[in-house]
Amino acid sequence: MSKQVKLKIDGEYVTAEAGQMVLEVARANGKFIPALCYIDGLKGLGACRLCLVEVTGIGRLLPACTTPVQDGMSIVTSSPRLAECRKMIMELLLSERNHICSVCVSNGNCELQTLAAELGVNHVQFPYRYPKLPVDASHERFVVDHNRCVLCSRCVRVCREVEGANTWSIISRGINAMLAADLNEPWGGSSSCTNCGKCFEACPTGAIAMKGKAVGENAKRAERIARLVNARGGAQ
Amino acid sequence: MKKVRLATVWLDGCAGCHMSLLDIDEALIDLAQIADIVYGPLVDIKEFPHDVDVTLVEGAVSSTEDLEKAQVIRERSKLVVAFGDCAVTSNVPSMRNQYGVAAVMKRAYQENATLQPQMPTQGVPALLPVARPLHNVIAVDLHIPGCPPSPEVILNCVSELCAGRMPKITPSFRFG
Repeated sequence: MSKQVKLKIDGEYVTAEAGQMVLEVARANGKFIPALCYIDGLKGLGACRLCLVEVTGIGRLLPACTTPVQDGMSIVTSSPRLAECRKMIMELLLSERNHICSVCVSNGNCELQTLAAELGVNHVQFPYRYPKLPVDASHERFVVDHNRCVLCSRCVRVCREVEGANTWSIISRGINAMLAADLNEPWGGSSSCTNCGKCFEACPTGAIAMKGKAVGENAKRAERIARLVNARGGAQ
Repeated sequence: MKKVRLATVWLDGCAGCHMSLLDIDEALIDLAQIADIVYGPLVDIKEFPHDVDVTLVEGAVSSTEDLEKAQVIRERSKLVVAFGDCAVTSNVPSMRNQYGVAAVMKRAYQENATLQPQMPTQGVPALLPVARPLHNVIAVDLHIPGCPPSPEVILNCVSELCAGRMPKITPSFRFG
């Protein structure tokens, strides 16, 4: 049995196993911490920054999904400062690309849209960038629409960690970062893709959608990823 | 009690938000007891009136005319509400932004025209370089997202505003 640690979350003592991340432990204890890039069954990455929490004694905010629990640590998951930061992060995500919910295949089934509402984001204070981005419909079953991508890299990680195909990666840096199949080729021509659809199930937005499905039918089942990982005996 | 002077405006939108306002159904009768609709697409007054208490603005700011209207509305209204996704985010009208005005005009009036392809020059305002959300051009007091916002959200907001209160932002305020 692995080592037990004791920590405080919002003033309550909780027990966790060493090596667990704060996000996992907080959620297991019924705390709400928003997150887009985190998904049960895959390794945390700290890409979206929505899961920022306060750690007593540390001035800056830390992403809960990549912060391991430590004995005696004290976490705050909800405060006016966190609410303000999370709201701002959500607005930055929305301003970066073209998230037009009303005409999106994931309207009503989108984690980005739902989280924005839950965080109280009813407008975006930052100027929209309106970038010109491609839509790749070359795959026989799926479409990737870069206008809706938030670069959470769930697709990249599920393809690597669960399917083992390594089709997806993020190329370029900063604002130019893009999701790419194989060596930045059309997805349909990918020699590594197994057509398994795990990237579709993992995608929190309309960036990866299934062809031939109406808006209401494009619901994702991200919980399938964790079920699959657990059935194989847990995360590698 | 003095009635609230309520105005509604239709900029670059599809009128869906106005339809959703009408979808509050019988509550329109109660609303008529506390507010006078002094300007709107169905009100036969050409010029935006003075001393308006609450103005609901539907649509993005896409043309020189939209911009001028927005400025007049701000000057003459106590509270300005961005009403629906086009006013809040620029939504569907913003889908042209990445292409530029010249390419969009050419596509609409020349490439896709089957009869007398020509650029409109008379009686239509020029398009702005990009369609923008209302709060990018004037100060906005409340944003109601939604395409369209649900009648329940609209009724709650309008009732609260008419009673002199700011509505509480809940998860029912949702894009799309």
